Amino acid sequence: MKRYEGGVLAVDGLDLQVESGECFGLLGPNGAGKTTTVEILEGLLAPTAGDVEVLGLRWSTDARALRERLGVSLQQTHLPERLSVLEIVTMFRALFAKGRSPEDVLRAVSLEEKSGVWYERLSGGQKQRLAVACALVGDPDMVFLDEPTTGLDPQSRLQLWDVVEGFKRAGRTVLLTTHHMDEAERLCDRIGVVDHGRLIALGTPRELIASLGGQEVIELAAASLDEQGLASVPGIRSVRRVADGFALAAGPLHTALPALVDYLRAANVRLERLTTRHATLEDVFVSLTGRGLRD
Amino acid sequence: MTAPRSALHELTLARFRGFFREPSAVFWAFGFPIALSVALGIAFRNRPPEPARVAVRDGPGAGEVVGRLASPEIVTTVLDDASSRKALRAGKIALVVVPGHALTYRFDDTRPEGRLARALVDDVLARQEATPGVAPATDEHVTEPGARYIDFLVPGLVGMNLMSSGMWGIGYLIVEMRTKKLIKRMLATPMRRTDFLFSFVIMRLVFVFIEVPALFGFARVVFGVRVVGSLAALGALSILGALSFAGLGLLVASRAQNTQTVGGLMNLVMMPMFVGSGVFFSTANFPDAMQPFLRVLPLTALNDALRAVVNEGAGLAQLGPPAAVLAAWGVVSFAAALRIFRWA
Repeated sequence: MKRYEGGVLAVDGLDLQVESGECFGLLGPNGAGKTTTVEILEGLLAPTAGDVEVLGLRWSTDARALRERLGVSLQQTHLPERLSVLEIVTMFRALFAKGRSPEDVLRAVSLEEKSGVWYERLSGGQKQRLAVACALVGDPDMVFLDEPTTGLDPQSRLQLWDVVEGFKRAGRTVLLTTHHMDEAERLCDRIGVVDHGRLIALGTPRELIASLGGQEVIELAAASLDEQGLASVPGIRSVRRVADGFALAAGPLHTALPALVDYLRAANVRLERLTTRHATLEDVFVSLTGRGLRD
Repeated sequence: MTAPRSALHELTLARFRGFFREPSAVFWAFGFPIALSVALGIAFRNRPPEPARVAVRDGPGAGEVVGRLASPEIVTTVLDDASSRKALRAGKIALVVVPGHALTYRFDDTRPEGRLARALVDDVLARQEATPGVAPATDEHVTEPGARYIDFLVPGLVGMNLMSSGMWGIGYLIVEMRTKKLIKRMLATPMRRTDFLFSFVIMRLVFVFIEVPALFGFARVVFGVRVVGSLAALGALSILGALSFAGLGLLVASRAQNTQTVGGLMNLVMMPMFVGSGVFFSTANFPDAMQPFLRVLPLTALNDALRAVVNEGAGLAQLGPPAAVLAAWGVVSFAAALRIFRWA
């Protein structure tokens, strides 16, 4: 639990366990308490109450030993503007007792060709990969990546995903925060959904989506539709009002769709639009909170 | 792969690289004090005194008076009565001499130029009527290096430079790093906090050996300013001053969350010393009641001690009291900064 002066509760009753060797994602909207949670785990913020144990060690007694084994990439760090990529990684390497060679780490994040370039001349994606390189240079057992791809173009995001997957393949532990559900679905073995400082769901991406009761989403727009009527259609698990119509969580489409069409015909409703898609973590979040991730 | 250097080594290296790759920082540290000493050296250079401008009223005896007033210190013109009064009112001349049996001096005795011109004219005329047998006094002019304004100014500028580089070089840099969350990022590594702080102190110590010789070397070549005392005493004093202001810079930067705040705080701390610590003029100009307060300011102590060494050749033994003031400021502010420093 973290309480700020004036009684603002940033994180409360957030219990979770990250297994060694897994990639765990904290998913939630801005201001949900993801960064506060991560910074408590990183030993940068002291919890007001509660217990933190990382790699079997505690911040109160083993801070230095812990720092040697953790890699951290903060949300929005500015590294020194006029140091080169290699100089920055070399400086971070010197802060650890043991670690990887800076050249090796730069290769891992595909920045070896930018070694001599000043930080201020890098693109957003290159800066983020350099931040991750600084997290990896101490050869950590676990890395914390706080929104590593926020604000990046699709190409840069893919490159960063490759870096994270490479680190996972080496059997290390990753904890990342994100508000991109596609990122969480692709990278994370397990996900904790956070909102208002509380953990509101926990599981693998597949489990979370299954918790909706249906793997599919049918979205439709039509004049004069009634929510209860839709909910009574066989195969429809839940009904949610969206901006211009309804989003229905559904079971297998080959049974749900014919039943829905029968219902609409019987009710004499003229459809303006009907689309279907697979359910995503966004739907999970919306069904849990009633809000979108980026609202 | 080469073996990694120590953390302190790499952190210090990063300080230097960051500094020398920022042209404006280099200018403010080295170029600005030199430019300032050039400007002030020119403005306050020692000039020969301006000759007094005197009019002789036209009329009988005017030619004779002009002849008697021939002197390098006086420029004379002959004007009629109306023009001479007009020129006097306008300040184009300082004094009108009206010829006659007894000369009359017409001038505004509330204006210094007028009184000066009267004294000069009187003096020149009196010398020509010297009592026989009494030799007139001769003048001996004294304008020696060591007693000029520039000799007073240069040690003050060195002291001021040690103060502002310490404050800006450390204070501003740290707050900028805090704003950019770089301190927090470094704290997430096993870095020792003392290594981080020491990298700034080492940077300041190294720069002392560039800044101080650069300024004194320049003043020596351009203005002939000499260091009378020992270079060892000057070096020791400069290091002590740099450490003291490094501590103060650290203290000012220890809590500030953004660069505007720290900029304001630094001005608040430095402004009284720019004015009251004898950089540009002697602290003796302030009333006696203020002297005890001025004495305990670190820049006053540093400037007084620098002038004692540079202008009067004081040795280390005589620098005890100002050195104690500097050391006290340094130790107290370092200790306070360490206690209240905002790391994350």
